[in-house]
Amino acid sequence: MNKNTKILKPALLCFLAMTVLCGIVYTAVVTGVAQLFFPHQANGSVITVTLKNGTTREYGSELIAQKFTKPQYLIGRPDGVTNLSPTGEKEKELVQKRVEWLRSIDPDNRSEIPVDLVTGSGSGVDPNISPAAAEYQAARIAKARNMSADAVRAVIRKYTTGRFLGFLGEPAVNVLKVNLALDGLL
Amino acid sequence: MSYIVVQDLFYIVFLIALSVPLGIYIDKVMTGQKVFLSRAFAPLENGIYKIMGTRSDEEMGAKKYTLSVLLFSGIGFVFLFLLLLLQGVLPFNPEGIKGISWHLAFNTAASFVTNTNWQAYSGESALSYLSQFLGLTVQNFVSAATGIAVLFALIRGFVLKRQSTIGNFWVDLTRATLYILIPLSFVIAVLLVSQGVVQTFSPYRAVTTLESGAAQTLPLGPAASQIAIKQLGTNGGGFFGMNSAFPFENATPFSNFIEVLSILLIPAALCVSFGKAVKDGRQGRSIYLVMMIFFAVSLVAITACELFTGPGFNGVAASGNMEGKEIIHGVGGSSLWTVVTTAASNGSVNTMHDSLTPLGGMLPMFLMQLGEIVFGGVGSGLYGMLAFVLMTVFIAGLMVGRTPEYLGKKVEPFDMKMVCLIILAPPLLSLLGTAATVLIPAASAWLTNSGAHGFSEILYAFSSLANNNGSAFMGFNANTVYTNVLGGIIMLLVRFIPMAAAIYLAGNMAKKKTVAVSAGTLSTTNGVFVGLLIGIILIIGALSFFPALALGPIADYFTS
Repeated sequence: MNKNTKILKPALLCFLAMTVLCGIVYTAVVTGVAQLFFPHQANGSVITVTLKNGTTREYGSELIAQKFTKPQYLIGRPDGVTNLSPTGEKEKELVQKRVEWLRSIDPDNRSEIPVDLVTGSGSGVDPNISPAAAEYQAARIAKARNMSADAVRAVIRKYTTGRFLGFLGEPAVNVLKVNLALDGLL
Repeated sequence: MSYIVVQDLFYIVFLIALSVPLGIYIDKVMTGQKVFLSRAFAPLENGIYKIMGTRSDEEMGAKKYTLSVLLFSGIGFVFLFLLLLLQGVLPFNPEGIKGISWHLAFNTAASFVTNTNWQAYSGESALSYLSQFLGLTVQNFVSAATGIAVLFALIRGFVLKRQSTIGNFWVDLTRATLYILIPLSFVIAVLLVSQGVVQTFSPYRAVTTLESGAAQTLPLGPAASQIAIKQLGTNGGGFFGMNSAFPFENATPFSNFIEVLSILLIPAALCVSFGKAVKDGRQGRSIYLVMMIFFAVSLVAITACELFTGPGFNGVAASGNMEGKEIIHGVGGSSLWTVVTTAASNGSVNTMHDSLTPLGGMLPMFLMQLGEIVFGGVGSGLYGMLAFVLMTVFIAGLMVGRTPEYLGKKVEPFDMKMVCLIILAPPLLSLLGTAATVLIPAASAWLTNSGAHGFSEILYAFSSLANNNGSAFMGFNANTVYTNVLGGIIMLLVRFIPMAAAIYLAGNMAKKKTVAVSAGTLSTTNGVFVGLLIGIILIIGALSFFPALALGPIADYFTS
């Protein structure tokens, strides 16, 4: 046996041992613990609603955005990831288009639009908007649904999460949950 | 803004507080001492040695150590390459995903074996569950463990006197994996799942959307287990395409904090381990301080860029640049992550770097171009930094006309050759790769942005590849035969040339006797040295990259 094959054998066996340990055993144990203690989260945080006729329906994940376009719904961030330079011309045109569309479904609203409603997110499926972006839409939703703006605000508040420990991250309003609640499904 | 300051300060304090006990623990593990996990894991550890047919007291010289590293990585590369090609006919593939192209498989295998985790694919559409957990997760562990192993080989080089050996790679690798990476990853993975990071073998789930009633597919998989080690091992490869911006990888502000903390945890702790191992805590502290200074300045700079140099749009309230950022992370959490992930050679992202402001995007680029030594990769960051320390000692020695020495070891021509290999391989390959790509006419079709920002996309890509970082300006279409092959080769060269040089440096250092400290010895722990080291790092980084940065992000800033 020459010198190189002397190293090759432990290298092969070591790789095999590590593959079993880190690939199979570790992954299996984490999956087991996850499914045992956090089945809801581990399987995608799916929102299941029991309808009036007794059947259940899965309305999506609380972590993944859905597209909303009608005035009676809270509208989320533009979908998709652009990778555009924020200071470039393409970005400017895109943002202007979004601004015009938001104005067109809410012509009475004269206030400035919060920036997160007209800029793309990092994931392309950001499930949240800022509290300011939700407040911007409260009056429009109230009018479209013939309810008071304060009632809409109460629903929004209910599905707003704060900063962790009071200072980590940013407050966020979960768009899908608010809309499900507005439709009386949550 | 005050929240951002508190968040950043909390992060730094928490990191330092955790790095001290962990650093002491890592030193114990890597020097073969008993730790609290020994009782549980020692039988397993010895079992692994038995399978391998190696003894824990069998020592290796530099040549054998290097050969072991290369063979082990080579086997991992071949295994992963074949797995990616053949995944279509293998089990744990509920979505029936086919094998990927040979060049993408080559690139991906090179990427994960070298701890880069550059990704020219999206995990949810291109890889089966088997490829993820049996291929990528394993390389996430062992490439990080290899970095730690080589670092400790180098440390032994400084500590040992008149020895021809620097430890046993199999023992170093096994102990780093078993006692450090697996237990920490397990804790982090479970915490992540509790926040909403997915962990399952079930197929993707179809749901019905509320407004339109259309079908929506939720991609799933055993993600949390891989994400834990992706952060801890400074790997950075996302289970899903959008990496840690994707909510199933990073669901809440708490999960974000855990992930961003675990990126720097081990690299920071290794500074403490280094001080312990060389029996002079001040040596570790001065290096830790230099890293922390670079880190803090970059963090302030990028946060300011994203807050204040963002675009203004008609009729839109100005509140910082939110393009490419998630609501829960905002400007603060996104800026912190961006600096952390490029200071360390992690490369995972929670915001789209292509959509950073021009100067905000220059900072992560520059942190990579410094050679991934501001904390850097697990193990590799510190041995890279030690090369800069030797360079500084050498230059300072030239200035006063004394033979340079570090930790009682004379620094001689062979050592400096190795140091140069470690320091110069990354900038050389970054710039050559960028230059070659700019010359290709087809390259402009691979870009999302044009002009100076388009050039930045190319410069960022090759700075990332040639420093084993793995993050990207994702507007750059990387899945081409050219970039896959060239990028794969660059990643391999820039990982294994410096690594082999570090091991041979260790071997040469271990052979030397130590010289007594005298009044003329340059202190490597005082303020003057810290200043010198910062100066050398900046001079090498700035001189190499200033012209390229001027054409990219700086021109972008002035023209948009």
